[in-house]
Amino acid sequence: MSLFREAARQILRKPATVKYPFEPGIVPPGLRGRPVWDMEKCILCVLCQNACPTAAIKMIPKGPDAGIEYHLDRCIFCAECADACPRKAITITTNFELADTSRSTMVQHYKKPQQAQTQAAKT
Amino acid sequence: MSYGSTIKVPFGPQHPALKEPEYFLFEVDGDIVVKVTPRIGYVHRGVEKAFEQETYLHNLYLAERICGICSHAHTTCYTQTVEGLIPLEVPPRAVYIRLIMAELERLHSHSLWVGIAAHEAGFDTLFMYLWRDREMIMDLMEEISGNRVTHAINTIGGVRRDITSEQANKIKKFMDKFEANVKEYMKVLETEQTFLKRTKGVGILKPRDAISLCAVGPTLRASGIKSDVRADDPYLAYGEIPFNVITHDGCDVYARTIVRCEEMIESANIIRYALDHLPEGKIKVPPPRTIAPNESVGRVEAPRGELIHYARSNGTAKPERYKVRAPTLGNLASVCQTLIGAHVADIPMILAGIDPCFSCMDRVVIINKDA
Ligand code: SF4
Ligand code: SF4
Repeated sequence: MSLFREAARQILRKPATVKYPFEPGIVPPGLRGRPVWDMEKCILCVLCQNACPTAAIKMIPKGPDAGIEYHLDRCIFCAECADACPRKAITITTNFELADTSRSTMVQHYKKPQQAQTQAAKT
Repeated sequence: MSYGSTIKVPFGPQHPALKEPEYFLFEVDGDIVVKVTPRIGYVHRGVEKAFEQETYLHNLYLAERICGICSHAHTTCYTQTVEGLIPLEVPPRAVYIRLIMAELERLHSHSLWVGIAAHEAGFDTLFMYLWRDREMIMDLMEEISGNRVTHAINTIGGVRRDITSEQANKIKKFMDKFEANVKEYMKVLETEQTFLKRTKGVGILKPRDAISLCAVGPTLRASGIKSDVRADDPYLAYGEIPFNVITHDGCDVYARTIVRCEEMIESANIIRYALDHLPEGKIKVPPPRTIAPNESVGRVEAPRGELIHYARSNGTAKPERYKVRAPTLGNLASVCQTLIGAHVADIPMILAGIDPCFSCMDRVVIINKDA
């Protein structure tokens, strides 16, 4: 009997489900989504690479490509890298819509700014 | 009525009852099961070996991925084991936050199971309502920890996120609502003929068998045995919180449902009490990187029953040996016993009754070259 009551109550309420992806999904403020690097702050100290449990981060210490190589396809969004960074260079965003059809586009290269500039001057 | 000869019916690895692969060979006489041979190991992932390859911090995330539904139980057990190796004292606030998350997880796991039981019994309306409420618990956990399933809130030496007072109020408010809902669903379950006909007297596990076959968790408690790691060997802050160990004398699938429903109400009380008595202070202490040679065992009451982790350290940053005994392995022998004498149509109901989680359980794979 009480299920009838619950059903009647539910008719008056709005649906419990969200029509995602036609409507935006509900994102709580602390959601652990994709990490992003601020290369102005990064000092290439390798701590984030060591902290990452899935080897999603590869630091390139020197050369024209010096910076951080981030593999989205390996990342498990644990935020250990952000906790480990001494310069707070890593921000965990709430971006969770990260699916892609190709693995090659899932590698992002964050370059140290100076190198990026000198390289731009060379070419 | 006996037909004199039996037929062998293979069930699985892909089968209608469960979403996970496991194989059972049933020998049936007419419609009655007379013999059950399980074959485990279809989802063996080499977790224990993988533990030996990574550092203690990295392994936390591996432990979390042993089970999707009780991910927090596994990390709690993992941190408990590793903190035992060091040894390391966890700040009281962190202990309470771990406990609150553990009970929220029990709520979502039990409401998932009761929903599935209703679904298996052909009562999908209740399934929908329960899962609607479960979704709200998942949202709460997501808000506290940052993820719905892999909460990653535990770390060696404490927790990674604090519970704010607004979150605490929100949880408390929801607990009142949830408790009222569960009580209403229980009334439905106790009177609804669709459900009673499918569960009462089905899958009898006698108390003697339950003990001798090492059943754990709600399966054991539904056979009238008062056994719960939270009460018998209090970990986290369970020693400081008053709660009842729920038992039922029914020994059938119905009893398992009622035990889980009442445990949900009990968990809601535990969460409210823990939030009211949340100590102030730090939420984590830094752990050492390497751990001196030692051995340690952790025991946790996961939603499905007693979960055991064992670790041996050797002075490096990686464990030398890690062992996981998931609750489903404890319940497997008892469910095979329970299935004997059951009707074929009741097999899914009885199998689902232990709340199996086969991929957490598979630690070994046996290859018979000659077969
Ligand atoms: S969030 Fe976790 S998995 Fe992803 S890059 Fe950071 S440490 Fe690695
Ligand atoms: S830990 Fe921070 S500063 Fe160090 S390499 Fe990573 S992002 Fe850069």
